[in-house]
Amino acid sequence: MNPRTAVVVGGNRTPFVKAGGKYAVASAQDLLTAALDGLVARFGLAGQKVDEVVAGAVLKHTRDFNLTREAVLGSALSPLSPACDLQQACGTGLEAVVYASNKIRLGQADVAIAGGVDSASDAPIVVTEPLRKALLRLNSARTVGAKLSALSKIRPADLMPVPPAVVEPRTGLSMGESQALTTAKWGVSREEQDELAFQSHQNLAKAWDEGFFDDLVTPYLKVAKDGILRPETTVEALAKLRTVFGKDNPTMTAGNSTALTDGAALVLLAEEEHARAKGWPVLAKVVDAQVAASDYVTGSEDLLLAPARAIPELLSRNGLTLQDFDFYEFHEAFASTVLATLKSLEEQGLGAVDRSKVNVKGSSLAAGHPFAATGGRIVASLAKMLAAKGPGSRGLISICAAGGQGVVAILEA
Amino acid sequence: MSALEMIYGTPAGKFIAKKMGLTEPPRLRRGRTMPTGPVVLGELEGAGLGREVLTLLGVTPGQPLLDLAENRTPDQKGRQQPPRYQQKPGALLIDATGVREIAQLEGFRQLLRPVMRGLEPSGRVIILATDAAEVEGLEAKAVAQGIDGINRTVAKELRGGATSNLVFVEGGAGAADLASTVSFLLEGRSAFVSGQTWRVGPAKVAHEVSARPFAGRVVVVTGAARGIGAAIARTFARDGAEVVAVDIPQAGDALAKVANEIKGSALQLDITAADAGERIAGHIAQVHGADKKIWAIVHNAGITRDRMLANLDEKLWGSVLDVNLAAEIRINDFLLGNDVPGGFADEARIVGIASTSGVAGNKGQTNYAASKAGVMGLVWAMADELADRPITTNAVAPGFIETEMTAAIPFVQREIFRRTNSLSQGGNPVDVAETLAYLCEPASGGVDGQVIRVCGQNLVGA
Repeated sequence: MNPRTAVVVGGNRTPFVKAGGKYAVASAQDLLTAALDGLVARFGLAGQKVDEVVAGAVLKHTRDFNLTREAVLGSALSPLSPACDLQQACGTGLEAVVYASNKIRLGQADVAIAGGVDSASDAPIVVTEPLRKALLRLNSARTVGAKLSALSKIRPADLMPVPPAVVEPRTGLSMGESQALTTAKWGVSREEQDELAFQSHQNLAKAWDEGFFDDLVTPYLKVAKDGILRPETTVEALAKLRTVFGKDNPTMTAGNSTALTDGAALVLLAEEEHARAKGWPVLAKVVDAQVAASDYVTGSEDLLLAPARAIPELLSRNGLTLQDFDFYEFHEAFASTVLATLKSLEEQGLGAVDRSKVNVKGSSLAAGHPFAATGGRIVASLAKMLAAKGPGSRGLISICAAGGQGVVAILEA
Repeated sequence: MSALEMIYGTPAGKFIAKKMGLTEPPRLRRGRTMPTGPVVLGELEGAGLGREVLTLLGVTPGQPLLDLAENRTPDQKGRQQPPRYQQKPGALLIDATGVREIAQLEGFRQLLRPVMRGLEPSGRVIILATDAAEVEGLEAKAVAQGIDGINRTVAKELRGGATSNLVFVEGGAGAADLASTVSFLLEGRSAFVSGQTWRVGPAKVAHEVSARPFAGRVVVVTGAARGIGAAIARTFARDGAEVVAVDIPQAGDALAKVANEIKGSALQLDITAADAGERIAGHIAQVHGADKKIWAIVHNAGITRDRMLANLDEKLWGSVLDVNLAAEIRINDFLLGNDVPGGFADEARIVGIASTSGVAGNKGQTNYAASKAGVMGLVWAMADELADRPITTNAVAPGFIETEMTAAIPFVQREIFRRTNSLSQGGNPVDVAETLAYLCEPASGGVDGQVIRVCGQNLVGA
């Protein structure tokens, strides 16, 4: 029995904002630094050393090779705080929490900060392959003739920058098109998806009104609230949106799919005894986690349903059933991802999930989904919900990620 | 910025303004700095306390010059001039604690005449007198009030950023009780306090004066994200405090910057929440440690919703009273009534912010004036109610302070507000902060139930 336990002490994130909006002027590093400074202020950590800060981003510039360390150096933390960048697509934030928790359990750290950031506004824009090759030839050319020859190979079209796209390299399909296959395969209806999106907005709006985020969010660049949230939206309004993904009988719209989002989220983790000695809140233990991957390239499995493979493994290792939880956090990459995952779990014989316990403070459809920041958002919110629910309450987190991967975890108050 | 303000900002504009009588105001000495010249001690009949206080503060007093006939010298035109100090005094401390008779007031004239034009810039006149309640006889009581008149007038006549203030000593108060007050008045910390009178009594628990009075102590500052609140947080941090900076969640980013800069902590909290006091205590226990208590709480958060009463609805009325007064009472009630981790220390200091508008009223501010006059009433009532506990309650009443809020006042109006005080300028947020910090010092235990105006002796409500 390992005597060391990793616990969630608290969290902080920026409000999330649609890409190209109010955070367009901020870099991923700016966002991560802001989230870090808010967390530092909340727990009075200015000038103090934490044992490790781990975070990541999915859309990443080459200049951000040391993104997290640079954010630490730009923050109020002691410069003696080491940092690590980690990347696992949309699983980044949760994987960072798992990484830090494991270090805490192993005694390699007492206090750690974990999370992630993404700025779809600050996405790297790259040059075309022919231009890159021509420039390499130009660089190695020794004579004027060779240089001119290298330059002459460049065609006007090569000069166009290549904007980033969320496309799976092995299937060439965008995330939305991949999910459209899953949606059709599992027979997820438009109505089910719109209802889930509606609930997400309702729940998130209610959480904001209750002041749930007062100690989880710090405003940034004059934004004090999540920008994508539409408290006034209705199922009828969502039903009117035109479909954007899928070919035959398409059901996926901008309303039941997440938008490209900018934001950062972090979690403060500590060894339980260490946290208690400091008087810190012990919101929830990070009990266990599991990653899994699916064979989506051949088309035999779904790109975003790897969590449905990870969850049974995690439950069986912990001797739990799918019904043993007070709250479920299924990341809403698309409404149909959540619904297809639930259907898959049911088909595997794990039984149904009480939908009134799913995403009760809203999720990515309403809050937005800055890829690597989603894990931190979910862990901090769930930990706070569990602490309020009381000792022994349990929550399950499920996050799907590009590349056919999934990260799932159990928190317990 | 208006065209007039732009012109005023140019050298030519400044020249014309000066010709028209708008001189550049004196630059005030601020911070924990003593005067450069000697601190002269003027002792009137029956004195003694002043010398003891200076000894406690480690100040060797200089000798006073008296305006007596034999000390005068004629100037070039043959007019008799008062004696002149060889080195300009930095301060004149008049110990009038033994003065009971009208005839003894002549002593003030003799001491003051040589310094009225002879103090160094930002010099100080400090008067110690016995509170009217402690003296016997009608003449003595009238004389005590007479001294108040002297102080107010001297403050108006002094130049070059010099100030005059009067401290009434209550029964049983000794030198140790007065030390923090005299230290505050001598130092640059009291830069914008002039023409004021307040009372100091015996402290229930004695503490020595210190340059870092809040070391290891937790101080809560509400409304700390910007303006005066941020200055208060910084000033307490300078003096050693672990500051809990509180402001509404919407101001969280500015709040985090202040908290991180001073190595304090930030609490995003709407102080009008019913459980605000409980949440403040909970935050301290969780972030600063379960054994930590609140040494001082500065109720600085405040809002204005200005309208002439003819245009004022119940919403604008209610919100100002709730934030500026009711929230403060709720938080105090919880902390005074519940001995919880992160709650009040035994000797907690409670300070609030009143306002010149509360003292004198102000057009368009019925709601605000009600709340701020209410803060003064609260201070007086609490000092009585908590008389058997070593907790003190005080407030400051700022006049025109240079903040983002006052910068929004139209130029001409602003320039008038700014200059209609004895120091001919607006105060800085730090002036309010320094006065609050003085009231919260451990050594200020004898200062209770006082409202000190930080207004440069503003004409309004004086």
